Amino acid sequence: MPNADPFPSTYVPFASRTTVIRNVNILTAAGPMIRNGAILLQNGKIAAVGATVDAPADALAIDGAGKYVTPGIVDDHSHLGVYAAPGGNALSDGNEATSPTTPQVWAEHSVWPQDPQFPRNLAGGVTTLQVLPGSANLIGGRSVVLKVVPGRTVQAMKFPGAKYGLKMACGENPKRVYGSRGGPSTRMGNVAGYRAAWIKAVDYRRKWDKWNADHKGDPPARDLGNETLAEVLRGNILVHNHCYRADEMAQMIDISHEFGYKIRSFHHGVEAYKIADLLAKEGIAGSLWADWGSFKMEALDAVKANMALVDHAGARVIVHSDDPSGSQRLNQEAAKAMEAGAEIGLPVSEDQAIKWLTINPAWALGLDDKIGSLETGKNADVVLWTGDPFSVYSKPEKVWIDGALLYDRLDPSEQWRTDFELGFVPFNRN
Amino acid sequence: MISYRLNSRFAVAIALSVVAALPCASQTIAITGGKVYPVSGPPIENGTVIITNGKIAAVGANVAIPAGAQRIDATGKIVTPGFVDASTQLGVQEVAAVNDTRDMSARGKDNIAAGFRVWEGLNPNSVLLAPARKEGVTTFVIVPTGGLVSGQAALVDVVPGATTDMILKAPVAMVAVVGDPLSVGLASRGEVIEKLRELLEDTKFFQTHRDAFDRAQTRPFSASRLDLEAMIPVIEGKLPLLVAVDRASDIDGAMRLARDYNVKLMISSGAEAWMIADKIAAARIPVLTGAMNNIPAGFAALGQRQENAGLLRKAGVQVALIGNAGGGDEEAFNVRNIKQEAGNAVSYGMTWDDALRAVTLTPAEVFGASDRVGALKVGLEGNVVVWSGDPFEFTTRAEHVFVRGREYTDKTRQDLLVERYRTLPSSHNTPPPQ
Repeated sequence: MPNADPFPSTYVPFASRTTVIRNVNILTAAGPMIRNGAILLQNGKIAAVGATVDAPADALAIDGAGKYVTPGIVDDHSHLGVYAAPGGNALSDGNEATSPTTPQVWAEHSVWPQDPQFPRNLAGGVTTLQVLPGSANLIGGRSVVLKVVPGRTVQAMKFPGAKYGLKMACGENPKRVYGSRGGPSTRMGNVAGYRAAWIKAVDYRRKWDKWNADHKGDPPARDLGNETLAEVLRGNILVHNHCYRADEMAQMIDISHEFGYKIRSFHHGVEAYKIADLLAKEGIAGSLWADWGSFKMEALDAVKANMALVDHAGARVIVHSDDPSGSQRLNQEAAKAMEAGAEIGLPVSEDQAIKWLTINPAWALGLDDKIGSLETGKNADVVLWTGDPFSVYSKPEKVWIDGALLYDRLDPSEQWRTDFELGFVPFNRN
Repeated sequence: MISYRLNSRFAVAIALSVVAALPCASQTIAITGGKVYPVSGPPIENGTVIITNGKIAAVGANVAIPAGAQRIDATGKIVTPGFVDASTQLGVQEVAAVNDTRDMSARGKDNIAAGFRVWEGLNPNSVLLAPARKEGVTTFVIVPTGGLVSGQAALVDVVPGATTDMILKAPVAMVAVVGDPLSVGLASRGEVIEKLRELLEDTKFFQTHRDAFDRAQTRPFSASRLDLEAMIPVIEGKLPLLVAVDRASDIDGAMRLARDYNVKLMISSGAEAWMIADKIAAARIPVLTGAMNNIPAGFAALGQRQENAGLLRKAGVQVALIGNAGGGDEEAFNVRNIKQEAGNAVSYGMTWDDALRAVTLTPAEVFGASDRVGALKVGLEGNVVVWSGDPFEFTTRAEHVFVRGREYTDKTRQDLLVERYRTLPSSHNTPPPQ
């Protein structure tokens, strides 16, 4: 078996001190909100959370009166690092648009750790990101899951033990990019492309599984792309499928059945509400926008109640960004979607909406046992908000990752600046 | 099956045509009991707003309600002028990726399209208008994009009818871009300024040598006759030049140009405007910008920050906020997010009152239309919104939206889609309800 982890994470949690936040409203994403409760962060983990907690005498105590605590936000659709600011061709590293099927590429090899968008996302309360390749290709390559922390290398940002994702894309983008370059030029061409790739992958997996079992003769020739696809078929890599239209999502589900893999989440899914029952039945999440739509034909039927409709049908809702700016305000995106639900008689509680931002995307990344909710023993990825996170006036005040304070709006010395920003960008964030 | 589909389409067509066929507002409306923000004056607790024949007839605490008035009880609610979005492609772009629905740019001659009137392509039947109005945007400025001189902008109300019915004032500005030189076929920033200088020089010369021009006895000009004609009000200081520009030094360059030719300047986007806020304030140059972008999105916008709008206002600059200022191709669909922009402006240093002003009276003022919209003041258009609470909060709804005295409750395309899919059939293979 080839090395399954050739670019291993070197992440080490930053120095932390035991911290207790008291008298604070806690949205746990694992149960009802605890009003005026307390949470203890110790040794990088959530040591206790409840109406009251016992804290050691030397713990840093923060008074959270009038404030809120939530789990760190998880954005499962980011292009930070692969489309880094300040942009331009030199930093455009998200689409290997040289072939419609590129499972052999890995997003982490395009990530620039000095992208100044990283600290801005952290200041927006985002603690974990899935960085995906773009959507030019039918199969775009592997994603990487990062902690939103300063690092000299990508490996130092990689979430230890996180599974990889596979980016796939439906519809207009692949056929637009390749329509005049040998195809696919149609949606039926797209589907033929996915199926051709999976046919090869099934064959590749069978040969390797056989050799791994008996080690007879030389191992089969390695193929980077098929290694990734075979890992999807084995359930070790999670599929994140960019797909707008209901009818196309249903066809992608059939393709997954044909080849025996699972789709973890449909990304963008502006028509998810039309097949919310199917998503619920299949156990597929919808990584959705609150209000993006109308910018292309496959986005024409966007409705603001999409998340509420999908949630009420019993499918997992995720607020995703696909945008370096929107990613900083995923709480506000959720709030818009909550209101759209209320308007059509499908109210969404804050206890439910916080899951859209935390535990649900954590599940999509296969990390819901480590992050995404405030429960004893989980990683201390925590945001202290200046007020109700679903208010337009609230902002993250402090952000901890693995118990280490990595952002403090009140203290410029606790605000990460990338190498790029030095000299170029006036230091003014607060 | 086929007949069902035809019927459903027909039903949609009827729903839309009913809206268009409604007569002009002639009745009197009395909005009572709310906290009224006239914007042109201090807020009024338990205030009354009277709209008669489409115009605001009275605003105050002790206003007699005319007999027969339709009453709207706004007790516990907030009443503001309809929101004015200072810069959008709403109405001239339906689906960004469908070229046939994009009408916001002109090819022009050498990237100069001063003669281009963007409102000629305005589509009053755009399905994106109703969602904006439903969330309280009653008025907007359509701004042409692209090129060096993009064309002329117009101020319009979100009302049905023809383009001419929508227009409040046109043109309200000449639009130019001081940005990436390569995108307009030039080599450097200095050349961008040089080309604008040449255009202004040519306009001056053209203005005083029209007879010679008509006899073909002038030197060649950098722009076409219609472009030069359109530029005359700009050099006369009658029509503002709205320059889309981000880098502080470029803003400064545009200001020098404006001073040299007595041009009335306005800045849009203005990512780094905060760096020279005092200078912009002293020159009394308005800035149209957002409050939700902080990405150093290019070498011309390295200093972009969310506090920009608040800092400019603090320095005394007239600031108008743009809905979805940082947005991409979904911009026209999300003009409605102007209230979110305002809320974020407050979060990043602008006072609440200034933020309200930045989405109502200030845009009206800077485009020379404060005698028509932007405030609750006698004689202005009856553009009024009754909000269930703080207009900038997500939980607040625009409960009543009046434009020129008529309340709009028509369903958006999105409403119709939600009605259709609100309850899904028992099997996903069953066709949706028709």
